[in-house]
Amino acid sequence: MNNTWLFILQALTLIVVLGLIYRPLGDYMARVYTTQKNLKVERGFYRIIGVDPVSEQSWPVYLRSLLAFSLIGVLFVYLVQRIQEWLPLSLGLPPVEQGLAWNTAISFVTNTNWQSYSPELTMGYVVQIAGLAVQNFASAAVGIAVAIALVRGLSRRKTLTIGNFWVDLTRGTVRILLPLSVVAAIILIVSGVIQNFNPFEHFTTITGGSAVIPGGPVASQEAIKEIGTNGGGFFNANSAHPFENPLPWTSLFEIILMLAIPFALARTFGRMVNDNRQGYAVLSVMGFFWIVSAALLTWLESVGSGTASQLAGGAMEGKEVRFGIVGSTLFGTSSTLTSTGAVNSMHDSYTSLGGGLLMLNMMLGEVAPGGVGSGLYGILAVAIVAVFVAGLMVGRTPEYLGKKLGAREIKLASIYILITPTIVLIGTALSFAIPAVEASVTGTSMDNPGLHGYSEVLYAFTSAGNNNGSAFAGLTASTPWFDTALGVAMLLGRFLPMVFILALAGSFAAQDKVPVTAGTLPTHRPQFIGLLIGTIIIVSALTYLPVLALGPLAEGLK
Amino acid sequence: MSSTLINKTGSPLPGQRKAPSAFSGRQLIASVPGALKKLDPRFMWHNPVMFVVEIGAALTTVLAIAQPFLGSSAQTTASPTSLAFIWSITVWLWLTVLFANMAEAVAEGRGKAQAKSLRDSRTSTVAQRVVAYDEAADPGAEHVEFDEIASADLALGDTVVVTAGQLIPGDGDIIWGIASVDESAITGESAPVVRESGGDRSAVTGGTRVLSDRIVVRITSKPGETFVDRMIKLVEGASRQKTPNEIALNILLASLTIIFVVVVLIINPIASYSNAAQSVPVLVALLVCLIPTTIGALLSAIGIAGMDRLVQHNVLAMSGRAVEAAGDVTTLLLDKTGTITYGNRQAAEFNPLTGIAQKVLAEAASASSISDPTPEGKSILDLAVAQGVAIPEAAAGSVSVPFTAQTRMSGIDYADGSQVRKGAGSMVIAWVEETGTLPQKTRDEIDKLVSRIAEAGGTPLVVARRDTAGKGQLLGVVYLKDVVKTGLAARFADLRRMGIRTVMITGDNPLTAKAIASEAGVDDYLAEATPEDKMALIRKEQEGGNLVAMTGDGTNDAPALAQADVGVAMNTGTSAAKEAGNMVDLDSDPTKLIDIVGIGKQLLITRGALTTFSIANDVAKYFAIIPAMFVASYPGLKALNFMQLHSPASAILSAVIFNALIIIALIPLSLRGVRYRPTTVSKILGRNLWIYGVGGLIAPFIGIKLIDLIISLIPGF
Repeated sequence: MNNTWLFILQALTLIVVLGLIYRPLGDYMARVYTTQKNLKVERGFYRIIGVDPVSEQSWPVYLRSLLAFSLIGVLFVYLVQRIQEWLPLSLGLPPVEQGLAWNTAISFVTNTNWQSYSPELTMGYVVQIAGLAVQNFASAAVGIAVAIALVRGLSRRKTLTIGNFWVDLTRGTVRILLPLSVVAAIILIVSGVIQNFNPFEHFTTITGGSAVIPGGPVASQEAIKEIGTNGGGFFNANSAHPFENPLPWTSLFEIILMLAIPFALARTFGRMVNDNRQGYAVLSVMGFFWIVSAALLTWLESVGSGTASQLAGGAMEGKEVRFGIVGSTLFGTSSTLTSTGAVNSMHDSYTSLGGGLLMLNMMLGEVAPGGVGSGLYGILAVAIVAVFVAGLMVGRTPEYLGKKLGAREIKLASIYILITPTIVLIGTALSFAIPAVEASVTGTSMDNPGLHGYSEVLYAFTSAGNNNGSAFAGLTASTPWFDTALGVAMLLGRFLPMVFILALAGSFAAQDKVPVTAGTLPTHRPQFIGLLIGTIIIVSALTYLPVLALGPLAEGLK
Repeated sequence: MSSTLINKTGSPLPGQRKAPSAFSGRQLIASVPGALKKLDPRFMWHNPVMFVVEIGAALTTVLAIAQPFLGSSAQTTASPTSLAFIWSITVWLWLTVLFANMAEAVAEGRGKAQAKSLRDSRTSTVAQRVVAYDEAADPGAEHVEFDEIASADLALGDTVVVTAGQLIPGDGDIIWGIASVDESAITGESAPVVRESGGDRSAVTGGTRVLSDRIVVRITSKPGETFVDRMIKLVEGASRQKTPNEIALNILLASLTIIFVVVVLIINPIASYSNAAQSVPVLVALLVCLIPTTIGALLSAIGIAGMDRLVQHNVLAMSGRAVEAAGDVTTLLLDKTGTITYGNRQAAEFNPLTGIAQKVLAEAASASSISDPTPEGKSILDLAVAQGVAIPEAAAGSVSVPFTAQTRMSGIDYADGSQVRKGAGSMVIAWVEETGTLPQKTRDEIDKLVSRIAEAGGTPLVVARRDTAGKGQLLGVVYLKDVVKTGLAARFADLRRMGIRTVMITGDNPLTAKAIASEAGVDDYLAEATPEDKMALIRKEQEGGNLVAMTGDGTNDAPALAQADVGVAMNTGTSAAKEAGNMVDLDSDPTKLIDIVGIGKQLLITRGALTTFSIANDVAKYFAIIPAMFVASYPGLKALNFMQLHSPASAILSAVIFNALIIIALIPLSLRGVRYRPTTVSKILGRNLWIYGVGGLIAPFIGIKLIDLIISLIPGF
């Protein structure tokens, strides 16, 4: 009962705060991406990189710009890690090993922020700031840019262009992510998150044990880590570390940071297609999954069986006492549903079904509300499939927001939906199918034998393929197989879908708009919201039932 | 089944082709040979979903045959391995493929039956070809030589002569002569129609019979591409091309299939880690149950049946694309005359002048109409009878005065010298004033009556008489009115609810047009319309993203018919019109446009509904098979066996059997089409989501459980 009230109170707080943010932030973002005006600093930047902010790009050019930018990002982050020993403020750390450097570079550029390493033992301050933190901004801005490009495609008619990548990237960073991060960082510093460039202090405790007090520019990183749904921690313990997340209410604050942009983008979408009701419909679907999943997880963890759980009032293993069950489950749900992947509790220690639910959150395709940008374009791709089937059922060639869904659009949306499950399933299967790999996976990587060990592997590929970045911490992932395979999974899981989304944007932009009549399928009513929820469950989540049955379900239903 | 589904009045449409008898077991059995023939992989390849099932079935067959020889090495799986189980799975997988082929074969078979009667009419005849036709000197081809040639060898542009009793050898236009033609072979209508050179009734169809007179026909179609040939191909589904929506749906189904192939392929690598590896037949069973076989099996049958429904309404679509476009139509252009109103104006009221009894006016009007053969005249008599006025017999010696363009009056002159006239106001008044000027008061009153009727969209007919002394007297005005067909206003309201705008096209002046438009309940009207105006209207609608449907028959309609997204040409129309449109209505009933839209919508709805059903089915099948597969290794998964199925073997087999039987069960629905009634989109969606979405979730739970109950009685399962 205690947890029930805690859950209701905390969830309500989140809903109220996010509800207050939804309109102003969403409207603001819509203005950022539609206005003709450029800030002075932006104009200077455009001159440096030689971009005409007024000119627009067709979707292939937009895509090429995006891929080129991301490739440079990967190379840069890789390089910075490899030359770490010559950099200042490196805390005396050696260069990062090749496989790990590749994995980490991809991980941060793809907005996954999977960490196969202990940051405080691996990365110096310059790598953290110039390499990783820069990508925290850049990868988030790239995600939003793709979503905006798709929305533009839906709102335009008979044009070949979908915007200018460099302008979208710059505006997203300068006008949205930076200001929000500065404000959030200040609030975090005030509430106790550290922000310094001190070297780590080694000292001896009163009882004679030795201890290390780490330092670092944590608050500035923490803010963008949540706002950009990145999730890569400054410390290995991530948001469970008191220097990253000291208090129960900072934990709630960080949840708000994670959810703010993904939810508000629904408003931006509604604004840009000139029909706010469309935004509310998308928001309702996102919100439905979030609240149901959080409630379910809280219940599963609260009734955790076993003597220890009974005595602790819930499955408290791996959870911080200062956050409790509810503080942990809300954070875990939000983090796995937003592709953030930050953790304030150890997901590996959740009850089997609870851990399975966290996986399922990611398996929904990161659409509820999903990562910054990726959540919106992901849910719109599923909506296209839902509209197609439902549209046929009302006897018209299906259309979404006035755009006809023909063979080309359905092909692009279907392939989009196909990509991530394929990556996750094949990656997991290969881990067990190749004998040499299996030996490494079961021998070195798995912390636990049997079902739970398998769940750790499934979680790793689910997290990488969906660009979440959280982990069942039991897995030792810094092996050649995982560094490589997860790197590939993150890369494909991020950029392949973008190809199809931008192609969709181009396809929609080129179309004329069909006028809305009484014969048009309304996509803002509860009826459609229910349909979209059903489609996400059946098309995305059910795909994973066999692999879930062999892991978390088999383990949890003993 | 009822082919009058769309026709709200419930009465069969005139000349309607007889609907094939209700779907029966006999049809199913008759389709088996065709279905077996379709098992050819080169054919199956076109249906990716069912092709995957066939590969799975073949693979399972090989394994079932090999199993006894493999010995214990095949036993290292956690799946049921009894030979009876594997053979049962194999048989039902083959039945799944077969059922899918039967669905298509049944649909095609029904078309073939319809094509047979058409083919009979196509029997080769000998044509009298004019050797050197000279249009100027001898248009009737009366002094030229003929050669005899088989109708199948006629070329485009040949000229033939057809006389009474002969079959017309090919599609063409009459270039000389007039004839009555029996077109019942095509239209099913037994009354002969008149065809003549020039004008809008010059087209003749190959295979129809000339009943009287002699005509010269220029052939306008290549051999093998005549109207009847095309019709046969269409109803047999031979020339069926996938429509845009069907292609898109196929892509979606193929993608789902790919996802599930991946899902099934990765099971064993993972399961073998947990010692829960599955045998190939079980994996194939899971795959077949998960991929959308239900809609995959029925998709082409739905398309063929949709075309078939059109043919039952005596409409020929030149392509499936046109049928689909009909469902998308947002603007209907309807000609006023013949579509919205009956062809002719009818008397609606007698308006006598002050001091004249209504009965007097009615009698006079009737008297002037006794020998009037026009429908207007007849309607005056009908109205008089309806009002209880006895129609006077035409007295001996009386002379009827017919309407002429000069007098613009008609009437009767009696032997005693008295006369009655009805006609255009100014002419009749002038006729009365020949005998003396009318008082101003009477003039004002008559003017008021006339203008009131004109403003209301009617035609005023002024009635007057002269007595034996020759004294003229104005009696009153007959209100002739365009009568809007009954029930149309309600149908237009239905269309409006479905988001379809109706626009009335008329040559009338704006005043009249407005009055009729508001009475009929159309959304808009185009008055004093020329063919160019019509074309401009279509263009304007299309620029706004609307899809336009229209009917037309004349040659000057051809450009508009071609421009419209759905152009329905009347069979009575010219070849040019028929060529330009993408549908031909054999009954030449322009109102049918509304039915055509309904048929297009029904086709799409049926596809969407069965797709939803097919995908929703997956949930139950998952929960039947997944626990069955892994329960041996992880007994806890029994909790997922919601249906309490008897054993893993019976659970898997039940799911496969359900998956196969549901195809057979849904064949009638896919042929008949999902019930469709014009109403709001939300209601249609709500209803279909409820039946096919929620129903699709629940039905397999019940079906699989029932099948499992039966299987559990078989020893060994």
